Amino acid sequence: MRKKKPIVYPYIPNSVLTVKDKMLREIGVKSVEDFFESVPMKLKLKKNVKLPKPFLSEYSLKRHIEWILSKNKTCQEYLNFLGAGCWQHYVPAVCDEVNQRGEFLTAYAGEPYDDHGRFQALFEYASMMGELLNMDVVNVPTYDGLQAAATSIRMASRITGRSEVLVSRTISSDKLSKIRDYCKPKITIKLLDYDSKTGQLDLNYLDLGISSKTAAIYFENPSYLGFIEAHGNEISKIAHDHGTISIVGVDPISLGILAPPIEYGADIVCGDIQPLGMHMQFGGGHAGFIATRDEEKYVMEYPSRLFGITSTSVEGEYGFGDVAFKRTSFALREGGKEFVGTASALWGITAGVYLALMGPQGMRDIGKGIMQRSHYAILQLSKIRGIKCPVFQSTHFKEFVVNFDGTNKTVAEINKALLKRKIFGGKDLKNEFPELGNSALYCITEVHTKNDIDRLVDALREVVE
Amino acid sequence: MEDITKKRYINGKPRLRRFHQAKWDEPIIFELSTEGERGILVPEVEDEVKNEVGDFLATIPKGVQRKQPPKLPELSQPQVLRHYVRLSQETLGTDLNIDVGQGTCTMKYSPKVNEYLARMPQMAEIHPLQDEETVQGILEVMYKFEKILKEISGMDQFSLQPGAGSAAIYANASIIRAYHETQGEANRRDEIITTIFSHPSNAACAKTAGFKIITLDPSEEGYPDIEALKAAVSERTAGLMITNPEDTGIFNPEIEEFLRIVHEAGGLCSYDQANANGILCITRARDAGFDLCHFNLHKTFSAPHGCGGPAVGAIGVTKELAKFLPVPVVEFDGDKYHLNYDRPQSIGKVRAFYGVAPVVLKAYAWVMSLGAEGLKEVAEIAVLNNNYLLKKILEIPGVSVPYAKGKHRIEQVRYSWEKLMRDTVVHSEEIGLRAADFGVHYWTSHHPWIVPEPCTLEPTESYSKSELDEYIEIIRHVSNEAYKNPKLVKTAPHNSTIHKIHHAPLDNPLQWAITWRAYCKKRRKTRANNNVNL
Repeated sequence: MRKKKPIVYPYIPNSVLTVKDKMLREIGVKSVEDFFESVPMKLKLKKNVKLPKPFLSEYSLKRHIEWILSKNKTCQEYLNFLGAGCWQHYVPAVCDEVNQRGEFLTAYAGEPYDDHGRFQALFEYASMMGELLNMDVVNVPTYDGLQAAATSIRMASRITGRSEVLVSRTISSDKLSKIRDYCKPKITIKLLDYDSKTGQLDLNYLDLGISSKTAAIYFENPSYLGFIEAHGNEISKIAHDHGTISIVGVDPISLGILAPPIEYGADIVCGDIQPLGMHMQFGGGHAGFIATRDEEKYVMEYPSRLFGITSTSVEGEYGFGDVAFKRTSFALREGGKEFVGTASALWGITAGVYLALMGPQGMRDIGKGIMQRSHYAILQLSKIRGIKCPVFQSTHFKEFVVNFDGTNKTVAEINKALLKRKIFGGKDLKNEFPELGNSALYCITEVHTKNDIDRLVDALREVVE
Repeated sequence: MEDITKKRYINGKPRLRRFHQAKWDEPIIFELSTEGERGILVPEVEDEVKNEVGDFLATIPKGVQRKQPPKLPELSQPQVLRHYVRLSQETLGTDLNIDVGQGTCTMKYSPKVNEYLARMPQMAEIHPLQDEETVQGILEVMYKFEKILKEISGMDQFSLQPGAGSAAIYANASIIRAYHETQGEANRRDEIITTIFSHPSNAACAKTAGFKIITLDPSEEGYPDIEALKAAVSERTAGLMITNPEDTGIFNPEIEEFLRIVHEAGGLCSYDQANANGILCITRARDAGFDLCHFNLHKTFSAPHGCGGPAVGAIGVTKELAKFLPVPVVEFDGDKYHLNYDRPQSIGKVRAFYGVAPVVLKAYAWVMSLGAEGLKEVAEIAVLNNNYLLKKILEIPGVSVPYAKGKHRIEQVRYSWEKLMRDTVVHSEEIGLRAADFGVHYWTSHHPWIVPEPCTLEPTESYSKSELDEYIEIIRHVSNEAYKNPKLVKTAPHNSTIHKIHHAPLDNPLQWAITWRAYCKKRRKTRANNNVNL
């Protein structure tokens, strides 16, 4: 039998036989087998693993992947009204241009010298977030908004030395699940109920629940259910009266028009930057931020890397480096604060590009435009017989709850019918908030035109009336 | 004029390049701001909409309206682009340099076609909560990739949700905790054993998950003595979280016995496979007896590192532990792919939605471009490259390789410049900074520095022999310089974007500045104080 010609892999330069042999000779071994002398024979695979046949040429690989992906329907082909933690906003072309630059895309953990640009881009990201939030300290992004909330809570627990945390019940069940798992070893989570008419956090419950054991209260603005929490000031005041830290989760794209939470007493602000220039990517565009005042007791509790600006041996030259590196697990292993590692840095750089493009006027315009559109949608939807919209009597930002109890149809049925009309309806809330009945969370952003909204309204009218 | 012939790359023989990194003296973006400039305009709202909603701003509750616009920079679009492209040029990614100096991080080639595919609208423009019917493609990729990982590791089920290696270690620690809870032993079993040459996150994440940490030091062979492990286990042992090969590149040949001892004590064994690149299709986690493991798709499986994420740490477990995996899991009924949320014993949510799907897509595409034979070639060439580098680097004055003398390494080596430091007072870090003058990246190692003056090199499969030779020549040159002209090395970098950084302010709360606004405030304060003093 003729021996099969070995494959030369384009990604593996030294898979060329003659090169391989030459290197083996120079090392002084007969075969690559020799390098695995420390792996016990018993543990070595006798037969290679079974994997699908590869697509060796780049073209055939591309065809294969494109064929699989063609089974997805995109939010360009369909009209999308889903939000609930992942939002369809417009991504400026420059954002993609910058994050596909090979230098940023393939850099990792270089020194502040060979990766000066990476340090500066992430410092600038933090700086622009700092302006949006009116806060002096912002971390290099963590994984996502879920992690940012969970870490903010653990930071608050360490700062106060307390182990009870009150959490608004109107947060998403995913975030609550993450917080519970992440805080389990140290912290008891208690939920704060909401006013059934307005959705607003119930201050009476807060008064009853808070004590000198409470490390923090966590609430969101806008809330997961879309309404604007009006009593931030009162909530923070009650918290501070008990020595409790006020943590606010915020949607950064709302901050051109809504007040930064520090103005109503927030001590730690956190959230997800996906709206700031990241495609939805089936949930792959998330990155979390945590922001505080520039106080040592706060700064020293961050687990994340914090990039700071400093001087160099050349007068006037900027350099960057890690601030208080010794607090991290990179420096101290289990002696550090929580842990740090690869998270979502590229999305941080991208959010920086987004904020630089938008500027103060862009952020105001987009916030205002989103609110105008969502209000328009609320007004139109509320005219449909059997539909209650919005469920909560509060001002909303980009999301709102729509109730279909009066239509004799479930959200699932309605969404199937909308799907036939190439519309993705809002997220069904029956599992997360059963008390809201047959309700869905709808999201409107700057990508929706009046026509898009009218199309939704017409389709819903057709489906339910 | 200087004759640069000798610096050119000739007949496959690399020379030292006349490298100089881009130096734009690029201002901080706030310094580029001109009032009124716009980088992008947002879609206009139709008049009908405006008229219908009226003066809705009045409905925003008092105290929640923004009074002052954020002080963001104001720049035109080309200025923003040029600023960031300049910053990118001042960054040394794997696409530019022979990135073997970031040992433990597997800086391999990230194929461009995979990047292209991940940026298609069918990946980029899909919402995670769309009807399952409309996301069958990406669910298929996730399902098939899990199947691939099962085959590579021998594990029974995977979750692709954790956001990177540390998140995967944390999730595995959470699963270990959940397992002992169901055994009614969670309170008693509160210790995790790890080794000092396992990534710091094995200790840090397990601690964050509520465990006490016992760290084993290596014997002369580079891995802990069996007796040390026996002394560490007890009825309090919750589990072992370990890397193999460890960050020294040494494979612990007694791993089976290690796992047996921990299992016998009632603990679980979790395998940090951050260093899997050299053992793909050579040996498998489950065959050694591991209960849990994780792979870094942004390392071993070629997805780009992105300056530090987004990433995926795929966790794999045995059948017995599958019920604890994060929700949801992807299932296939023979016809359609589904997301199953009905998992009451799950540790819950680890990362938003299903993790970073485009990274999974890139990893899947990478495996599908290689197949089983190709994956084994990856491991073998990565190990060949590493041992070639080891042979050549050891010929350089001042360097040594502690532990397991004379033995081969798997896919990376932790070297020591202890001798060079004693001879010349040049530290490992300084050698790295001087190497940067020739266009390559160099990192020391994770703390604590058990190996004195360490550096860890990991050539992966992605660099040609001549590229490895170039890297070796650079290190040899820097070592020679250290002996002949240590000051030159100690004052490096000389060809970098910037010069020696003043570190002290970064550790001083009165001086550190994590944002531009903080910097400006502190600078004003310092200047005011100086004026008073004058």
